[in-house]
Amino acid sequence: MTEPLLRVDGLRTHFLTRAGTVKAVDGVSLHLARGEILGLVGESGSGKSVTGQSILGLVDPPGRVVGGRVLFKGEDLVTAGEKRLRAIRGRRIAMIFQDPMMTLNPVLSIGTQMVEAVQAHEKVSRAEAWERSRRALARVGIASPDERLAAYPHQFSGGMRQRVAIAIALLHSPDLIIADEPTTALDVTIQAQILFEVQTLCRETGTALIWVTHDLAVVSALADRVAVMYAGRVVETGTVAEIIGSPRHPYTRGLLESVPSRNRRGVPLRSIPGMTPSILDLPEGCAFRPRCDRTTGACAVMPELAGERGDRAWRCWNPVGAEVRGDAA
Amino acid sequence: MTAPPIVELNGLTKRFSRKLDVVERFARRLGAAIDDRAVQAVSGVDLSIAEGEVVGLVGESGCGKSTLGRMVAGILPPSAGVLRWRGTDMRKLSPADRHRANLKIQMVFQDPMASLNPRLRVADIVGEAPVVHGLVPRRQAEEYVAATLRQVGLDPAYLRRYPHQFSGGQRQRIGIARALAVKPDVLVCDESVAALDVSIQAQIINLFMRLREELSLTYLFISHDLGVVEHISDRTAIMYLGRIVELAPTPELFDKPNHPYAKALLDEAPRVSVEKRRFAPIRGEIPSPLDPPAGCAFHPRCPHAMPRCSAERPALREIAPRRWSACHLNETTGP
Repeated sequence: MTEPLLRVDGLRTHFLTRAGTVKAVDGVSLHLARGEILGLVGESGSGKSVTGQSILGLVDPPGRVVGGRVLFKGEDLVTAGEKRLRAIRGRRIAMIFQDPMMTLNPVLSIGTQMVEAVQAHEKVSRAEAWERSRRALARVGIASPDERLAAYPHQFSGGMRQRVAIAIALLHSPDLIIADEPTTALDVTIQAQILFEVQTLCRETGTALIWVTHDLAVVSALADRVAVMYAGRVVETGTVAEIIGSPRHPYTRGLLESVPSRNRRGVPLRSIPGMTPSILDLPEGCAFRPRCDRTTGACAVMPELAGERGDRAWRCWNPVGAEVRGDAA
Repeated sequence: MTAPPIVELNGLTKRFSRKLDVVERFARRLGAAIDDRAVQAVSGVDLSIAEGEVVGLVGESGCGKSTLGRMVAGILPPSAGVLRWRGTDMRKLSPADRHRANLKIQMVFQDPMASLNPRLRVADIVGEAPVVHGLVPRRQAEEYVAATLRQVGLDPAYLRRYPHQFSGGQRQRIGIARALAVKPDVLVCDESVAALDVSIQAQIINLFMRLREELSLTYLFISHDLGVVEHISDRTAIMYLGRIVELAPTPELFDKPNHPYAKALLDEAPRVSVEKRRFAPIRGEIPSPLDPPAGCAFHPRCPHAMPRCSAERPALREIAPRRWSACHLNETTGP
């Protein structure tokens, strides 16, 4: 097997706070081939966003990557210096955030910002950078790109702003885009437009994509593979068909059963009892144990991520579909 | 039907306008063509909600669904149109009766952190209204609040805590308890589960359904999430730019939407499914309500638009029993 585009190995990002060490990401391993779309799914506090930020070295203090490796084309980004990271960010790996206003400077015109982004990494003339920005805007479906380049962020609607953010991410045809909930704040019809553009672009340019989201529906429509996170760890990974069709981790199954449209109308939803635990105070062993209906004595020890193959695995002693071992607690 | 609907809207309209400032007034006197900038957030909505019914209200941001909900809940006065409570025009009720009617319609908001006073304890947040309105004597307030909390699945031991000490799901339960504390008949839920994680959202949806059974409540359930609305409501109304474009029993609407906008909306909602799909989005964005298109508001984005659509606005008509749709296509024969 050839070396994947990105291999994350045992990544651990901790936040050293006064209340204690928050293990936001605690041993996450992922891999991504060229042109592949990975959905990183989890609820708030699961560590999915911090995972995305850690890959690019964007975690702010008191957070710190305390362990693991992020191999991008064989190069470890965790040990890479800030200068090297700056050369990679935006050029080889781009990031799209949930709120495009975080990416865009409100007092500069879109054109100025895009030209700056082009010239930051390549020695090209202003005219050429402008032309490249124009093409990038046209590619994400923005009509009359010339006028739009002269406009300011506040003159755009939310969906348009997100398109601009995507266009900026595409400027250097990166190998990998990390998208952190980019469509969560958008309306359904606008979300569909953006998903459509992203899907087409990845197919055309061979850009790999990590789509961080809480929305299983979006992931199932868009991604090739899925990794489900819970309390800082990947609890299940597999293809979309495997995760949606035959989930093995009780948490994944619970998430799927909580989605209203998969249930019969008016019938109470099978929800997961309790709430996401505080990562400051995780239970011993499997973090999902207190909310799980398949828990046994074995669950007091953290299970390893194991399964049929490297990319079809789950972190559970009593996976769904198997006999519950030992005495049910 | 014999009993009048519990809530009935007749041509309900809300216009937000901005007064001209001094310079603009002066410019107008000199002959400049400046008008009051008015946004028609809701235009002539007719809707009747039967006792015990759950009506889902769906639409994208800016379509006026929240404004409509606020008018029903009595938070915003309508600019025009009639709101009837159990058959009587709200404006014709005596002040005391109107007060009682307003109390019977309560609202649950989207963001419980923004709608709960951070400096009040749960006991006061939930207990204040029933005491003020004389539903419960002050001495029994605490007991009453404890019972209400139990009803929404919260431990009464939390009585003395502040909102920030709760998780998002628990806070939403407090918001629901506060609404229930004055013994309403109707709950207007404005995106009440939108901000919650999937697993918590399911718990709150279940709570809404259980409360409906136990207290025979009527809901106007506003959401942008089609899955949630499909699950919980008996009938669904779809709004576009201030008007209802389709209204039908939920199963029928989701099986076979009639209005092109309803079709587009249902097609594009992502669903959890095994097959990967290609998105075929409708073009464009929801137009600004400051400057709505002439004729049918959806015609610039509609794949079936005909000349008539940009000239004449289609009325909401009953196209089959209990199914209403506002589209000219229903009158032309053939495709």
